[in-house]
Amino acid sequence: MPVSKELLDEVALSEEEYQLIVERLGREPNHIELGLFGSLWSEHCGYKHSKPLLKMFPSQGRQVLVGPGEENAGVVDIGDGLCLVMKMESHNHPSAVEPYQGAATGVGGIVRDIFTMGARPIALLNSLRFGPLSQARNRYLFSGVVGGIAGYGNCLGIPDVAGEIFFDESYSENPLVNAMGVGIAHKERLVKARASGPGNLLMLVGADTGRDGLHGASGLASRTFEAGKELRSAVQVGNPFLEKLLLEACLELAQSDWVVALQDLGAAGLASASVESAARGGCGIDLDVLKVPRREQGMTPYEVMLSESQERMLVVVRRGYEEKVKALFQRWDLRSDVIGQVTDDGLARVREGERMVAEVPVGLLTDPPLYRPKARKPAWLRRVQALDLKDMPDLSPQEGNDVLLRLLASPNIASKHWVYRQYDHQVQDNTVVTPGEDAAILRIKGTGKGIALTADGNGRYCYLDPYQGGSIAVAEAARNLVCAGAQPLALTDCLNFGNPEKKDVYYQLKECIRGMARACRALKVPVLSGNVSLYNETRGQAIYPTPVVGMVGLLEDVTKHCTSAFKGEGDLVFLLGGAEIEPEAALAGSEYLELRSGRVCGRPQIDLQLEKRVQRCCLEAIRSGIIRSAHDCSDGGLAVALAESAIAGGLGFWGGRWWGQGQRNDVALFGEGQSRIVVSTSPEDAPRLRALAGAEQVPLQELGRVQGQHFIIEGLIDLPLAQLARAWWGGLEEALKSDH
Amino acid sequence: MKFGIIVFPGTWSDMDCHHALGIVLGQRVDYIWHKDTDLSGYDCVILPGGFSYGDYLRAGAIARFSPVMASVQRFAQEGKLVLGICNGFQILCEAGLLPGALLPNNHLQYRCQWTYLRVENNALPFTSGVEKGRVLKIPISHYDGNYYADEATLAELEAEGRVVFRYCTPEGEATEEANPNGALHNIAGIVNKGGNVLGMMPHPERACEELLGSTDGNLLFLSIINSM
Repeated sequence: MPVSKELLDEVALSEEEYQLIVERLGREPNHIELGLFGSLWSEHCGYKHSKPLLKMFPSQGRQVLVGPGEENAGVVDIGDGLCLVMKMESHNHPSAVEPYQGAATGVGGIVRDIFTMGARPIALLNSLRFGPLSQARNRYLFSGVVGGIAGYGNCLGIPDVAGEIFFDESYSENPLVNAMGVGIAHKERLVKARASGPGNLLMLVGADTGRDGLHGASGLASRTFEAGKELRSAVQVGNPFLEKLLLEACLELAQSDWVVALQDLGAAGLASASVESAARGGCGIDLDVLKVPRREQGMTPYEVMLSESQERMLVVVRRGYEEKVKALFQRWDLRSDVIGQVTDDGLARVREGERMVAEVPVGLLTDPPLYRPKARKPAWLRRVQALDLKDMPDLSPQEGNDVLLRLLASPNIASKHWVYRQYDHQVQDNTVVTPGEDAAILRIKGTGKGIALTADGNGRYCYLDPYQGGSIAVAEAARNLVCAGAQPLALTDCLNFGNPEKKDVYYQLKECIRGMARACRALKVPVLSGNVSLYNETRGQAIYPTPVVGMVGLLEDVTKHCTSAFKGEGDLVFLLGGAEIEPEAALAGSEYLELRSGRVCGRPQIDLQLEKRVQRCCLEAIRSGIIRSAHDCSDGGLAVALAESAIAGGLGFWGGRWWGQGQRNDVALFGEGQSRIVVSTSPEDAPRLRALAGAEQVPLQELGRVQGQHFIIEGLIDLPLAQLARAWWGGLEEALKSDH
Repeated sequence: MKFGIIVFPGTWSDMDCHHALGIVLGQRVDYIWHKDTDLSGYDCVILPGGFSYGDYLRAGAIARFSPVMASVQRFAQEGKLVLGICNGFQILCEAGLLPGALLPNNHLQYRCQWTYLRVENNALPFTSGVEKGRVLKIPISHYDGNYYADEATLAELEAEGRVVFRYCTPEGEATEEANPNGALHNIAGIVNKGGNVLGMMPHPERACEELLGSTDGNLLFLSIINSM
């Protein structure tokens, strides 16, 4: 077959890759086969650029039952015969094109990844990035994405319990929509996605197949945006009701012995679902596209194989049980059809009736070339890392109130209740701590245990120092869980970057992963699963490198959890942790620096050994009941963390000047140094806290006490608590009202 | 005392109701598939929350045609207890078992939050164990909870004491700020003429354990149990 550049472009393969295919296949591939290669060798399915780097992640641990890449999601043991299934995925590109449906189908995809394994989804989280809300387009994307997550997730009856949202110019054209799903299952009832047993049947269940979403994997997810190109047809439309039926029916099926494997249809549709499950099981498949029920006439085999129509599942059924399986789905008013069978020759065969239209070894399709481009430290990095505070005057006593109020009202720090009150976060009767805290807490029914969940990432830090930023993302996620009283167990991640074929983007990717891996090892949190979203750039401008970490932690006794709210008048407030760092490092990439000078610069840093001690100390203090509140000190720094604890508790704060005369006010109040937790304790328990911190070699600084209805930091800030609360509570809604 | 929980395609509060009644309160409780029609042996039937049939067309508009609904009509006529929660309330209105309709929230957004409800009538099997005027903390989770009825119907509901719960402040004031969805007269729950069919938007099954933030939902369920 003569192959044109346009055709290769359509399937996102390079000429070199085409030559490789010809060489390995021993002949020219036909159009359908080329489509299969294009999809399965896409970055989205094949991880061409990221796979060698992802090997740096530690994924071992006693608690790990299923690690990265083995199945649709990772699995971690939580005892009592139970396990958690978790995964995070991006739907960035579809959401940039059509925010409501893009986000909605992102939720649908991650939920299928969970119940595909026979686990009931018990929680959703999301990590979102947009450009500033001062621009109308960004407001449209923001409200569309939130609406899509709510519209789809609420209909499924899965609580959306935690997440994060950040606004920065770098995401203006490329919003990030990362969705995380967590499910629970009995260990012995987990279902694999490995097609096996020649003669067993392939059944397609759920929605009919249409032309929607063609080239989603190879086009939308694996290339940068080009201006003016109509991509809307590559975005799918979700039907959450159908997904809910599929979910219940598949969980029922998972309890039977009729099923060999379950695999959801996501990116690259039937092509990747059938080929990947065959590859995992080490067998072949033979299917007939004429047996696939369609919602449109005249679809070609190519279109049927690559359609990304939503709400479909591939079920591998033990031969002889197909009628039972059909009846099960029928009860839920779901259609199911036998479309082919498992073979033992390792070939992926696609027929259209009698005619064979594709025949390729499965192993070739799932073995894309791997690229290890040269990473080059960008020349501009040194420039943005430079920060000289000499040319920036320190915060004056007259400015304290105003700056704190502005920070609290900034969309990055303000309460996100406008968002999460649109998500059902209580359904399933497990939510102990609702969104808005450092981490959400769910109880595990039938046990005394609980789990804590969080999603974190900071693109600014990673932009300024990808290695340190990667470490910080992992450390902060773990710290959030610790503040809730949970022992971090495992993480899933979503790596959002620009075009990896560029040397500086590849450098960011490599360094971020290296930094994350280092923190995973230091804090003993293995990586269970993940997703890579590359090519997040428009007109040559890449987003900030943004790895997002979704982490789960375990509470042996869920009643011994902790929240950020101050609990009682007269309690003493301390800062636990904190390294001695340069003022420039403390303000690097901070919200304060951005607010004051409009600059994103400096070089953030973290001491992972200190981090480890701080987390151990905080966890022990919560478990032994020494402290009554704990709040991670992050965006906005110490003053913001104190204000948030005061607002959450409805109690004021008085703080003395705890920093030295020679030190800058702004660094003390708004610096974002790592490994710091604001805790409060009763005066009686304070000596125990001091003793514990001393034994763990963790710095402990008394800041003040919980008192009255004012928020006071001697000499710099004096505001009524109600005014602080108003600024923080209403900030996001105010920003949405801007009329540009 | 035996409870039946009806499961429509798209229902999701079924398991929460089962947990609250079966595990927390130790009652006998079964699921009833919407295609089944035998309700004999049950003392109280619950239509739980969720998105039956995806709320397509209109919330509750398709579910009212499920085979089980004819049985629910007869069950109600026999004077047995029917409790519709959230989507269940919407279905009961669509089925004509309760007057009025649930419109989209006036702000056109989904709302999941704690609300406070003032008990307006405690001469009912659903509320007999609660003092009149007591404020209950029970959460909502809906897009279509804005109760509407024409003026004559509203006047009749008020005159006959059929408004059972009203959204209010934690102190018990039925103010506009305490109204989460624009419902007329701050109505959160109403009962039929016979006093045996209750529809409410808030989710009592989410307020049955201290660990989850409130036990006020138990007051409603225990009233039902003790009324038998």
